[in-house]
Amino acid sequence: MIPISLIQSTAEVLMDKAAIEIPQDYLDGLQHAAKTEDGDLSSFVLKAMLDNYEAAKEDRRAMCGDTGVPRWFVKMGNDARVEGGMVALEAALRRATANATNGVPLRPNRVHPLWRTDHDNNVGIGAPEIEYGFEPEGEWIDLITVHKGGLFGTDYRMLFPSDGIQGIKRFYLDSLMAFGKRGLACQPAIIGIGLGGSKDICMTLGKRASTLRIVGSRNSDPRIAEMEDEFKDLGNSIGMGAMGFVGKNMVIDCNIEVGYCHTGGMPMSVHAFCLSSRRAVARIHADGRVEHRTDPDWFTDYQRRETVEWEPQREAAE
Amino acid sequence: MREIVLSTTPTGEAIADLRLGDVVYLDGLMYTAREGVYMRALEDKANIPMELPSQSAANFHCSPAARINPDGSFDMGAVTATASFRFAKWLPEWMAKTGAKLIVGKGGMTSKDYKEYFVPNGAVYLSTVGYGTGALLGRGVENVEAVHWNEELGLAQAMWVIKCNRMGPFIVASDLNGDCLFERENAKIAENVARVYEGTKPAVLKRYGESDDRTDEVI
Repeated sequence: MIPISLIQSTAEVLMDKAAIEIPQDYLDGLQHAAKTEDGDLSSFVLKAMLDNYEAAKEDRRAMCGDTGVPRWFVKMGNDARVEGGMVALEAALRRATANATNGVPLRPNRVHPLWRTDHDNNVGIGAPEIEYGFEPEGEWIDLITVHKGGLFGTDYRMLFPSDGIQGIKRFYLDSLMAFGKRGLACQPAIIGIGLGGSKDICMTLGKRASTLRIVGSRNSDPRIAEMEDEFKDLGNSIGMGAMGFVGKNMVIDCNIEVGYCHTGGMPMSVHAFCLSSRRAVARIHADGRVEHRTDPDWFTDYQRRETVEWEPQREAAE
Repeated sequence: MREIVLSTTPTGEAIADLRLGDVVYLDGLMYTAREGVYMRALEDKANIPMELPSQSAANFHCSPAARINPDGSFDMGAVTATASFRFAKWLPEWMAKTGAKLIVGKGGMTSKDYKEYFVPNGAVYLSTVGYGTGALLGRGVENVEAVHWNEELGLAQAMWVIKCNRMGPFIVASDLNGDCLFERENAKIAENVARVYEGTKPAVLKRYGESDDRTDEVI
Protein backbone atom coordinates (compact mmCIF):
# COMPACT_ATOMS: atom_id res chain seq x y z
CA MET A 1 0.00 0.00 0.00
CA ILE A 2 1.52 3.32 -1.05
CA PRO A 3 0.86 6.10 1.48
CA ILE A 4 -0.98 9.11 0.10
CA SER A 5 1.37 11.52 1.90
CA LEU A 6 4.30 10.04 -0.06
CA ILE A 7 2.41 10.56 -3.31
CA GLN A 8 1.78 14.21 -2.53
CA SER A 9 5.32 14.97 -1.32
CA THR A 10 6.85 13.21 -4.35
CA ALA A 11 4.49 15.08 -6.66
CA GLU A 12 5.58 18.41 -5.17
CA VAL A 13 9.25 17.55 -5.81
CA LEU A 14 8.37 16.61 -9.41
CA MET A 15 6.58 19.92 -10.00
CA ASP A 16 9.73 21.73 -8.87
CA LYS A 17 12.12 19.60 -10.93
CA ALA A 18 10.02 19.86 -14.10
CA ALA A 19 9.96 23.66 -13.93
CA ILE A 20 13.64 24.11 -13.09
CA GLU A 21 15.76 21.27 -14.49
CA ILE A 22 16.13 20.70 -18.20
CA PRO A 23 16.03 16.92 -18.90
CA GLN A 24 19.47 15.56 -19.82
CA ASP A 25 18.37 13.97 -23.13
CA TYR A 26 17.01 17.28 -24.40
CA LEU A 27 20.05 19.18 -23.09
CA ASP A 28 22.37 16.79 -24.95
CA GLY A 29 20.30 17.31 -28.10
CA LEU A 30 20.40 21.08 -27.79
CA GLN A 31 24.14 21.14 -27.09
CA HIS A 32 24.66 19.13 -30.25
CA ALA A 33 22.44 21.56 -32.15
CA ALA A 34 24.41 24.52 -30.77
CA LYS A 35 27.64 22.99 -32.14
CA THR A 36 26.25 22.56 -35.64
CA GLU A 37 24.39 25.88 -35.83
CA ASP A 38 26.03 28.54 -38.00
CA GLY A 39 23.34 31.22 -38.32
CA ASP A 40 24.68 34.06 -36.12
CA LEU A 41 21.29 35.04 -34.64
CA SER A 42 20.16 31.46 -34.05
CA SER A 43 23.56 30.55 -32.58
CA PHE A 44 23.23 33.44 -30.16
CA VAL A 45 19.77 32.21 -29.14
CA LEU A 46 20.94 28.64 -28.48
CA LYS A 47 23.89 29.89 -26.45
CA ALA A 48 21.55 32.08 -24.37
CA MET A 49 19.25 29.11 -23.77
CA LEU A 50 22.15 26.97 -22.55
CA ASP A 51 23.16 29.79 -20.15
CA ASN A 52 19.54 29.99 -19.05
CA TYR A 53 19.39 26.32 -18.00
CA GLU A 54 22.47 26.88 -15.85
CA ALA A 55 20.98 30.00 -14.26
CA ALA A 56 17.71 28.19 -13.51
CA LYS A 57 19.48 25.32 -11.80
CA GLU A 58 21.86 27.55 -9.86
CA ASP A 59 19.11 29.88 -8.60
CA ARG A 60 16.44 27.14 -8.31
CA ARG A 61 14.10 29.32 -10.34
CA ALA A 62 11.86 28.26 -13.22
CA MET A 63 13.57 28.04 -16.64
CA CYS A 64 10.84 30.02 -18.34
CA GLY A 65 8.38 32.62 -17.09
CA ASP A 66 5.61 30.77 -18.90
CA THR A 67 5.66 27.60 -16.85
CA GLY A 68 3.07 25.93 -19.09
CA VAL A 69 -0.03 24.04 -18.06
CA PRO A 70 0.93 21.39 -15.49
CA ARG A 71 -0.60 17.96 -16.06
CA TRP A 72 -0.12 14.43 -14.79
CA PHE A 73 0.34 11.01 -16.30
CA VAL A 74 -0.03 8.21 -13.79
CA LYS A 75 1.12 4.72 -14.62
CA MET A 76 0.56 1.79 -12.30
CA GLY A 77 1.76 -1.75 -12.11
CA ASN A 78 -1.25 -4.07 -12.02
CA ASP A 79 -0.71 -4.89 -8.33
CA ALA A 80 -0.21 -1.32 -7.07
CA ARG A 81 -2.47 -0.14 -4.27
CA VAL A 82 -2.82 3.45 -3.14
CA GLU A 83 -3.95 4.47 0.34
CA GLY A 84 -7.43 5.96 0.00
CA GLY A 85 -7.77 4.78 -3.61
CA MET A 86 -7.66 6.80 -6.81
CA VAL A 87 -9.89 9.61 -5.54
CA ALA A 88 -7.31 10.27 -2.82
CA LEU A 89 -4.54 10.16 -5.43
CA GLU A 90 -6.29 12.74 -7.59
CA ALA A 91 -6.76 15.02 -4.59
CA ALA A 92 -3.06 14.66 -3.73
CA LEU A 93 -2.01 15.61 -7.27
CA ARG A 94 -4.31 18.64 -7.25
CA ARG A 95 -2.89 19.73 -3.88
CA ALA A 96 0.69 19.26 -5.11
CA THR A 97 -0.07 21.31 -8.24
CA ALA A 98 -1.54 24.16 -6.20
CA ASN A 99 1.19 24.09 -3.54
CA ALA A 100 4.03 24.06 -6.09
CA THR A 101 2.45 26.90 -8.09
CA ASN A 102 2.81 29.10 -5.03
CA GLY A 103 6.01 27.47 -3.81
CA VAL A 104 8.38 27.42 -6.82
CA PRO A 105 6.71 29.83 -7.86
CA LEU A 106 5.08 28.88 -11.18
CA ARG A 107 2.92 31.17 -13.23
CA PRO A 108 -0.76 30.55 -12.45
CA ASN A 109 -1.70 29.98 -16.07
CA ARG A 110 -5.01 28.18 -15.74
CA VAL A 111 -8.15 30.22 -16.15
CA HIS A 112 -11.79 29.57 -17.03
CA PRO A 113 -12.09 29.73 -20.85
CA LEU A 114 -15.02 32.16 -20.79
CA TRP A 115 -14.99 33.98 -17.46
CA ARG A 116 -11.17 34.07 -17.20
CA THR A 117 -11.45 33.23 -13.49
CA ASP A 118 -7.95 32.54 -12.12
CA HIS A 119 -7.58 30.62 -8.86
CA ASP A 120 -3.88 31.57 -8.92
CA ASN A 121 -2.93 27.93 -8.36
CA ASN A 122 -3.20 26.13 -11.73
CA VAL A 123 -6.19 24.12 -10.49
CA GLY A 124 -9.70 24.38 -11.89
CA ILE A 125 -12.26 22.52 -13.97
CA GLY A 126 -10.36 19.67 -15.66
CA ALA A 127 -7.04 21.12 -14.53
CA PRO A 128 -4.56 19.61 -14.02
CA GLU A 129 -5.38 16.82 -16.46
CA ILE A 130 -4.71 13.39 -14.97
CA GLU A 131 -4.35 10.48 -17.38
CA TYR A 132 -3.69 6.84 -16.60
CA GLY A 133 -1.82 3.88 -17.96
CA PHE A 134 -1.27 0.38 -16.61
CA GLU A 135 1.41 -2.28 -16.90
CA PRO A 136 0.82 -6.01 -16.45
CA GLU A 137 3.14 -6.43 -13.47
CA GLY A 138 4.43 -4.55 -10.44
CA GLU A 139 3.35 -2.86 -7.23
CA TRP A 140 4.85 0.51 -8.19
CA ILE A 141 3.28 3.70 -9.37
CA ASP A 142 4.95 6.13 -11.80
CA LEU A 143 4.10 9.80 -11.42
CA ILE A 144 4.92 11.85 -14.50
CA THR A 145 4.36 15.57 -14.70
CA VAL A 146 4.56 17.50 -17.95
CA HIS A 147 4.27 21.29 -18.12
CA LYS A 148 3.83 21.89 -21.82
CA GLY A 149 3.17 25.32 -23.26
CA GLY A 150 -0.39 25.78 -24.27
CA LEU A 151 -0.77 28.13 -27.23
CA PHE A 152 1.30 27.40 -30.34
CA GLY A 153 2.94 24.53 -32.17
CA THR A 154 0.06 22.07 -32.25
CA ASP A 155 -2.32 21.22 -35.05
CA TYR A 156 -4.66 18.47 -36.22
CA ARG A 157 -5.89 17.43 -39.63
CA MET A 158 -8.03 14.61 -41.01
CA LEU A 159 -6.03 13.08 -43.82
CA PHE A 160 -7.11 10.09 -45.89
CA PRO A 161 -5.29 7.02 -47.22
CA SER A 162 -5.08 8.68 -50.64
CA ASP A 163 -3.08 11.55 -49.10
CA GLY A 164 -0.31 9.03 -48.47
CA ILE A 165 3.13 9.75 -47.11
CA GLN A 166 3.47 12.90 -49.25
CA GLY A 167 0.33 14.29 -47.63
CA ILE A 168 1.74 13.49 -44.19
CA LYS A 169 4.96 15.31 -45.09
CA ARG A 170 3.02 18.32 -46.33
CA PHE A 171 1.02 18.71 -43.13
CA TYR A 172 4.16 18.20 -41.03
CA LEU A 173 5.98 20.95 -42.94
CA ASP A 174 2.92 23.21 -42.83
CA SER A 175 2.82 22.90 -39.05
CA LEU A 176 6.54 23.65 -38.67
CA MET A 177 6.34 26.62 -41.05
CA ALA A 178 3.19 28.05 -39.46
CA PHE A 179 4.44 27.89 -35.88
CA GLY A 180 8.17 28.15 -36.54
CA LYS A 181 8.05 31.66 -37.98
CA ARG A 182 9.00 34.23 -35.35
CA GLY A 183 9.69 31.22 -33.13
CA LEU A 184 6.12 30.85 -31.89
CA ALA A 185 6.75 27.12 -31.35
CA CYS A 186 9.80 27.91 -29.16
CA GLN A 187 11.93 25.63 -31.35
CA PRO A 188 14.19 23.75 -31.73
CA ALA A 189 11.84 21.29 -30.11
CA ILE A 190 10.94 17.65 -29.75
CA ILE A 191 8.25 17.24 -32.38
CA GLY A 192 5.59 14.61 -31.76
CA ILE A 193 3.39 13.23 -34.51
CA GLY A 194 0.21 11.27 -33.84
CA LEU A 195 -1.09 9.13 -36.67
CA GLY A 196 -4.41 7.31 -36.49
CA GLY A 197 -6.62 6.69 -33.52
CA SER A 198 -9.97 8.38 -33.24
CA LYS A 199 -9.82 12.17 -33.54
CA ASP A 200 -9.22 12.87 -29.84
CA ILE A 201 -6.78 9.99 -29.44
CA CYS A 202 -4.85 11.21 -32.49
CA MET A 203 -4.16 14.43 -30.57
CA THR A 204 -3.30 12.45 -27.45
CA LEU A 205 -0.86 10.22 -29.35
CA GLY A 206 1.00 13.18 -30.82
CA LYS A 207 1.14 15.02 -27.52
CA ARG A 208 2.46 11.93 -25.79
CA ALA A 209 4.98 11.35 -28.60
CA SER A 210 6.43 14.81 -27.97
CA THR A 211 6.29 14.83 -24.18
CA LEU A 212 6.57 11.20 -23.02
CA ARG A 213 9.37 10.02 -25.31
CA ILE A 214 12.95 11.22 -25.00
CA VAL A 215 15.42 12.48 -27.58
CA GLY A 216 17.09 9.53 -29.28
CA SER A 217 14.27 7.06 -28.61
CA ARG A 218 12.83 5.25 -31.61
CA ASN A 219 9.48 3.62 -32.29
CA SER A 220 9.60 -0.17 -31.95
CA ASP A 221 8.28 -0.54 -35.52
CA PRO A 222 11.46 -0.26 -37.62
CA ARG A 223 9.63 1.36 -40.56
CA ILE A 224 8.20 4.04 -38.28
CA ALA A 225 11.66 4.48 -36.73
CA GLU A 226 13.00 5.19 -40.24
CA MET A 227 10.26 7.76 -40.76
CA GLU A 228 11.28 9.45 -37.49
CA ASP A 229 14.83 9.85 -38.77
CA GLU A 230 13.62 11.08 -42.12
CA PHE A 231 11.19 13.59 -40.63
CA LYS A 232 13.80 14.94 -38.25
CA ASP A 233 16.10 15.63 -41.20
CA LEU A 234 13.24 17.07 -43.26
CA GLY A 235 12.34 19.55 -40.52
CA ASN A 236 15.97 20.58 -40.17
CA SER A 237 16.32 21.11 -43.92
CA ILE A 238 13.83 24.02 -43.97
CA GLY A 239 16.60 26.47 -43.16
CA MET A 240 14.78 27.81 -40.12
CA GLY A 241 16.25 27.79 -36.64
CA ALA A 242 15.52 29.16 -33.19
CA MET A 243 13.07 32.10 -33.10
CA GLY A 244 12.43 31.65 -36.82
CA PHE A 245 15.87 33.02 -37.66
CA VAL A 246 17.90 31.51 -40.49
CA GLY A 247 19.36 28.30 -39.10
CA LYS A 248 19.77 24.55 -39.30
CA ASN A 249 18.04 23.40 -36.15
CA MET A 250 14.27 23.25 -35.92
CA VAL A 251 13.77 19.70 -34.70
CA ILE A 252 15.80 18.18 -31.86
CA ASP A 253 14.02 14.91 -32.49
CA CYS A 254 10.86 13.66 -34.15
CA ASN A 255 8.79 10.98 -32.41
CA ILE A 256 5.86 9.26 -34.10
CA GLU A 257 3.15 7.24 -32.37
CA VAL A 258 0.34 5.40 -34.09
CA GLY A 259 -3.05 3.96 -33.21
CA TYR A 260 -5.54 2.01 -35.28
CA CYS A 261 -8.04 4.33 -36.97
CA HIS A 262 -11.18 4.22 -39.13
CA THR A 263 -10.53 2.32 -42.34
CA GLY A 264 -11.39 5.38 -44.42
CA GLY A 265 -9.15 7.88 -42.64
CA MET A 266 -5.61 8.75 -41.59
CA PRO A 267 -5.91 11.47 -38.94
CA MET A 268 -2.71 13.28 -38.06
CA SER A 269 -1.58 15.63 -35.32
CA VAL A 270 1.67 17.55 -34.83
CA HIS A 271 2.94 18.85 -31.49
CA ALA A 272 6.02 20.86 -30.59
CA PHE A 273 7.42 20.56 -27.07
CA CYS A 274 9.44 23.70 -26.33
CA LEU A 275 12.96 24.84 -25.46
CA SER A 276 12.10 24.21 -21.81
CA SER A 277 10.86 20.65 -22.32
CA ARG A 278 9.45 20.32 -18.83
CA ARG A 279 8.95 16.75 -17.65
CA ALA A 280 9.87 14.88 -14.50
CA VAL A 281 9.21 11.31 -13.41
CA ALA A 282 9.35 9.31 -10.20
CA ARG A 283 8.60 5.67 -9.46
CA ILE A 284 7.15 5.05 -6.01
CA HIS A 285 7.53 1.46 -4.85
CA ALA A 286 5.25 -0.36 -2.42
CA ASP A 287 8.04 -0.35 0.20
CA GLY A 288 8.25 3.46 0.07
CA ARG A 289 11.37 3.79 -2.11
CA VAL A 290 11.24 6.71 -4.58
CA GLU A 291 13.38 6.71 -7.74
CA HIS A 292 13.58 9.89 -9.80
CA ARG A 293 14.26 9.89 -13.53
CA THR A 294 13.47 12.01 -16.61
CA ASP A 295 12.45 9.28 -19.08
CA PRO A 296 8.71 8.61 -18.73
CA ASP A 297 9.19 5.27 -20.52
CA TRP A 298 5.49 5.42 -21.32
CA PHE A 299 5.42 3.61 -24.65
CA THR A 300 6.17 0.04 -23.60
CA ASP A 301 5.28 -2.99 -25.72
CA TYR A 302 2.16 -3.29 -23.56
CA GLN A 303 1.03 0.26 -24.44
CA ARG A 304 1.55 -0.50 -28.12
CA ARG A 305 -0.07 -3.95 -28.03
CA GLU A 306 -2.01 -5.05 -31.11
CA THR A 307 -3.62 -8.32 -30.03
CA VAL A 308 -6.80 -9.21 -28.13
CA GLU A 309 -4.97 -10.83 -25.21
CA TRP A 310 -1.64 -9.91 -23.63
CA GLU A 311 0.35 -13.04 -23.07
CA PRO A 312 4.00 -12.20 -23.66
CA GLN A 313 5.27 -14.78 -21.17
CA ARG A 314 3.61 -17.64 -22.97
CA GLU A 315 4.91 -16.34 -26.31
CA ALA A 316 8.40 -16.13 -24.86
CA ALA A 317 8.18 -19.73 -23.65
CA GLU A 318 7.13 -21.09 -27.03
CA MET B 1 26.54 41.28 -32.52
CA ARG B 2 26.42 44.67 -30.77
CA GLU B 3 25.56 44.83 -27.08
CA ILE B 4 23.77 47.90 -25.76
CA VAL B 5 22.61 48.93 -22.29
CA LEU B 6 19.40 50.94 -22.63
CA SER B 7 17.26 52.90 -20.18
CA THR B 8 13.55 52.04 -19.90
CA THR B 9 12.97 55.78 -20.35
CA PRO B 10 15.24 56.05 -23.38
CA THR B 11 16.11 59.23 -25.25
CA GLY B 12 15.08 59.65 -28.87
CA GLU B 13 18.76 59.46 -29.86
CA ALA B 14 19.26 56.16 -28.02
CA ILE B 15 16.30 54.65 -29.87
CA ALA B 16 17.42 56.02 -33.22
CA ASP B 17 20.79 54.38 -32.68
CA LEU B 18 19.32 50.84 -32.37
CA ARG B 19 19.82 48.47 -35.29
CA LEU B 20 17.98 45.25 -36.09
CA GLY B 21 19.66 42.33 -34.34
CA ASP B 22 21.36 44.41 -31.63
CA VAL B 23 21.42 42.75 -28.21
CA VAL B 24 19.94 44.98 -25.51
CA TYR B 25 20.05 44.97 -21.69
CA LEU B 26 17.57 47.17 -19.83
CA ASP B 27 17.99 49.43 -16.79
CA GLY B 28 15.11 51.12 -14.98
CA LEU B 29 11.42 50.52 -14.32
CA MET B 30 9.40 48.30 -16.64
CA TYR B 31 5.75 47.33 -16.30
CA THR B 32 3.88 44.30 -17.57
CA ALA B 33 0.72 44.90 -19.56
CA ARG B 34 -1.14 42.45 -21.79
CA GLU B 35 -4.81 41.87 -22.70
CA GLY B 36 -6.12 42.15 -19.13
CA VAL B 37 -4.45 45.51 -18.49
CA TYR B 38 -5.31 46.84 -21.96
CA MET B 39 -8.97 45.97 -21.60
CA ARG B 40 -9.19 47.43 -18.11
CA ALA B 41 -7.37 50.65 -18.99
CA LEU B 42 -8.71 51.25 -22.50
CA GLU B 43 -12.15 49.63 -22.59
CA ASP B 44 -13.20 49.96 -18.95
CA LYS B 45 -11.42 53.34 -18.71
CA ALA B 46 -9.79 52.55 -15.35
CA ASN B 47 -7.10 55.01 -14.23
CA ILE B 48 -3.62 53.67 -14.94
CA PRO B 49 -1.93 53.41 -11.53
CA MET B 50 1.47 54.74 -12.71
CA GLU B 51 2.88 57.97 -14.09
CA LEU B 52 3.58 57.07 -17.71
CA PRO B 53 5.89 57.59 -19.49
CA SER B 54 7.91 59.51 -16.87
CA GLN B 55 8.29 56.43 -14.64
CA SER B 56 8.62 53.96 -17.48
CA ALA B 57 8.30 53.89 -21.25
CA ALA B 58 8.77 50.13 -21.43
CA ASN B 59 5.77 47.82 -21.76
CA PHE B 60 6.58 44.14 -21.24
CA HIS B 61 4.13 41.59 -22.70
CA CYS B 62 4.76 39.31 -19.79
CA SER B 63 3.24 37.37 -16.95
CA PRO B 64 5.89 36.39 -14.45
CA ALA B 65 6.18 33.19 -12.46
CA ALA B 66 5.72 35.03 -9.18
CA ARG B 67 3.82 35.05 -5.92
CA ILE B 68 2.58 37.61 -3.42
CA ASN B 69 3.64 36.59 0.09
CA PRO B 70 1.24 36.84 3.06
CA ASP B 71 3.25 39.86 4.33
CA GLY B 72 2.68 41.66 1.02
CA SER B 73 6.22 41.16 -0.32
CA PHE B 74 6.86 39.53 -3.68
CA ASP B 75 8.86 36.58 -4.96
CA MET B 76 9.58 36.68 -8.65
CA GLY B 77 11.24 33.63 -10.20
CA ALA B 78 11.28 33.51 -13.96
CA VAL B 79 10.02 36.14 -16.39
CA THR B 80 9.41 35.66 -20.10
CA ALA B 81 7.21 37.21 -22.72
CA THR B 82 4.03 36.12 -24.40
CA ALA B 83 3.36 36.50 -28.15
CA SER B 84 2.67 40.14 -28.96
CA PHE B 85 0.77 39.92 -32.26
CA ARG B 86 -2.51 39.36 -30.36
CA PHE B 87 -2.28 42.81 -28.80
CA ALA B 88 -2.16 44.83 -32.04
CA LYS B 89 -5.77 45.89 -31.57
CA TRP B 90 -4.96 47.82 -28.36
CA LEU B 91 -1.39 48.99 -28.91
CA PRO B 92 -1.97 52.18 -30.96
CA GLU B 93 -4.28 53.61 -28.29
CA TRP B 94 -2.02 52.34 -25.50
CA MET B 95 1.02 54.05 -27.00
CA ALA B 96 -0.83 57.30 -27.52
CA LYS B 97 -2.03 57.22 -23.94
CA THR B 98 1.16 56.08 -22.18
CA GLY B 99 4.00 57.26 -24.41
CA ALA B 100 5.53 53.79 -24.46
CA LYS B 101 8.76 53.74 -26.49
CA LEU B 102 9.82 50.14 -25.94
CA ILE B 103 7.41 47.29 -26.52
CA VAL B 104 9.04 44.17 -25.18
CA GLY B 105 7.58 40.78 -26.02
CA LYS B 106 7.69 37.58 -28.01
CA GLY B 107 7.75 37.34 -31.79
CA GLY B 108 7.38 40.99 -32.70
CA MET B 109 4.67 42.67 -34.77
CA THR B 110 4.30 43.12 -38.52
CA SER B 111 6.20 45.85 -40.40
CA LYS B 112 2.75 47.31 -41.09
CA ASP B 113 2.24 47.76 -37.33
CA TYR B 114 5.70 49.27 -37.01
CA LYS B 115 5.14 51.75 -39.82
CA GLU B 116 1.60 52.67 -38.78
CA TYR B 117 2.07 53.41 -35.10
CA PHE B 118 5.50 52.45 -33.76
CA VAL B 119 7.49 54.83 -35.98
CA PRO B 120 5.14 57.83 -35.56
CA ASN B 121 5.40 57.34 -31.77
CA GLY B 122 9.19 56.97 -31.90
CA ALA B 123 8.90 53.43 -30.52
CA VAL B 124 10.69 50.16 -31.27
CA TYR B 125 10.12 46.51 -30.49
CA LEU B 126 12.50 44.42 -28.38
CA SER B 127 12.10 40.65 -28.52
CA THR B 128 12.94 38.31 -25.68
CA VAL B 129 15.37 35.55 -26.63
CA GLY B 130 14.71 31.83 -26.98
CA TYR B 131 11.99 31.62 -26.00
CA GLY B 132 12.49 31.94 -23.17
CA THR B 133 15.44 32.88 -21.08
CA GLY B 134 13.18 33.18 -18.04
CA ALA B 135 15.84 32.51 -15.43
CA LEU B 136 18.34 34.95 -16.98
CA LEU B 137 15.69 37.67 -17.17
CA GLY B 138 14.62 36.85 -13.60
CA ARG B 139 18.17 37.59 -12.49
CA GLY B 140 17.78 41.05 -13.99
CA VAL B 141 14.89 41.88 -11.66
CA GLU B 142 16.47 43.98 -8.94
CA ASN B 143 13.19 44.56 -7.18
CA VAL B 144 9.44 44.14 -7.63
CA GLU B 145 8.18 47.66 -6.95
CA ALA B 146 4.44 46.99 -7.05
CA VAL B 147 1.67 44.87 -8.48
CA HIS B 148 -1.55 46.54 -9.58
CA TRP B 149 -4.96 45.08 -10.37
CA ASN B 150 -4.04 41.58 -9.20
CA GLU B 151 -7.39 41.20 -7.47
CA GLU B 152 -9.32 42.25 -10.54
CA LEU B 153 -7.19 40.40 -13.11
CA GLY B 154 -5.36 37.58 -11.28
CA LEU B 155 -1.60 37.24 -10.89
CA ALA B 156 -0.97 36.33 -14.53
CA GLN B 157 -2.73 39.36 -16.00
CA ALA B 158 -1.88 41.87 -13.28
CA MET B 159 0.31 44.93 -13.90
CA TRP B 160 3.68 44.14 -12.32
CA VAL B 161 6.18 46.97 -11.91
CA ILE B 162 9.73 45.72 -11.87
CA LYS B 163 13.06 47.44 -11.44
CA CYS B 164 15.47 46.11 -14.05
CA ASN B 165 19.19 45.93 -13.48
CA ARG B 166 20.90 45.09 -16.75
CA MET B 167 17.99 42.80 -17.56
CA GLY B 168 18.45 40.82 -20.75
CA PRO B 169 19.23 39.68 -23.28
CA PHE B 170 16.68 41.21 -25.65
CA ILE B 171 17.03 41.53 -29.44
CA VAL B 172 16.07 44.66 -31.38
CA ALA B 173 13.32 43.47 -33.73
CA SER B 174 12.19 46.79 -35.24
CA ASP B 175 13.79 50.14 -35.98
CA LEU B 176 12.70 53.69 -36.72
CA ASN B 177 12.38 52.85 -40.42
CA GLY B 178 9.67 50.39 -39.44
CA ASP B 179 11.77 47.46 -40.65
CA CYS B 180 11.08 44.06 -39.09
CA LEU B 181 13.83 41.61 -38.15
CA PHE B 182 11.54 38.59 -38.34
CA GLU B 183 10.25 39.51 -41.79
CA ARG B 184 13.83 39.94 -42.99
CA GLU B 185 14.61 36.41 -41.77
CA ASN B 186 11.35 35.03 -43.24
CA ALA B 187 12.32 36.40 -46.64
CA LYS B 188 15.68 34.60 -46.55
CA ILE B 189 14.06 31.32 -45.51
CA ALA B 190 11.35 31.67 -48.17
CA GLU B 191 13.93 31.13 -50.92
CA ASN B 192 14.26 27.50 -49.85
CA VAL B 193 10.60 26.66 -49.25
CA ALA B 194 9.74 25.34 -52.72
CA ARG B 195 12.63 22.88 -52.57
CA VAL B 196 11.63 21.56 -49.13
CA TYR B 197 8.02 21.03 -50.25
CA GLU B 198 9.00 19.33 -53.49
CA GLY B 199 7.00 16.12 -53.99
CA THR B 200 4.53 16.77 -51.18
CA LYS B 201 0.90 17.32 -52.10
CA PRO B 202 -2.02 19.28 -50.72
CA ALA B 203 -4.53 17.42 -48.58
CA VAL B 204 -7.46 15.77 -50.35
CA LEU B 205 -9.91 17.46 -47.95
CA LYS B 206 -9.41 21.23 -47.80
CA ARG B 207 -10.33 23.50 -44.89
CA TYR B 208 -11.93 26.91 -44.78
CA GLY B 209 -9.04 29.26 -44.50
CA GLU B 210 -7.43 27.55 -47.50
CA SER B 211 -10.43 28.94 -49.30
CA ASP B 212 -11.85 32.14 -47.86
CA ASP B 213 -14.98 31.82 -49.96
CA ARG B 214 -17.56 30.15 -47.72
CA THR B 215 -19.69 29.31 -50.74
CA ASP B 216 -16.88 26.96 -51.88
CA GLU B 217 -16.83 23.29 -51.09
CA VAL B 218 -13.74 21.98 -49.32
CA ILE B 219 -13.38 18.74 -51.32
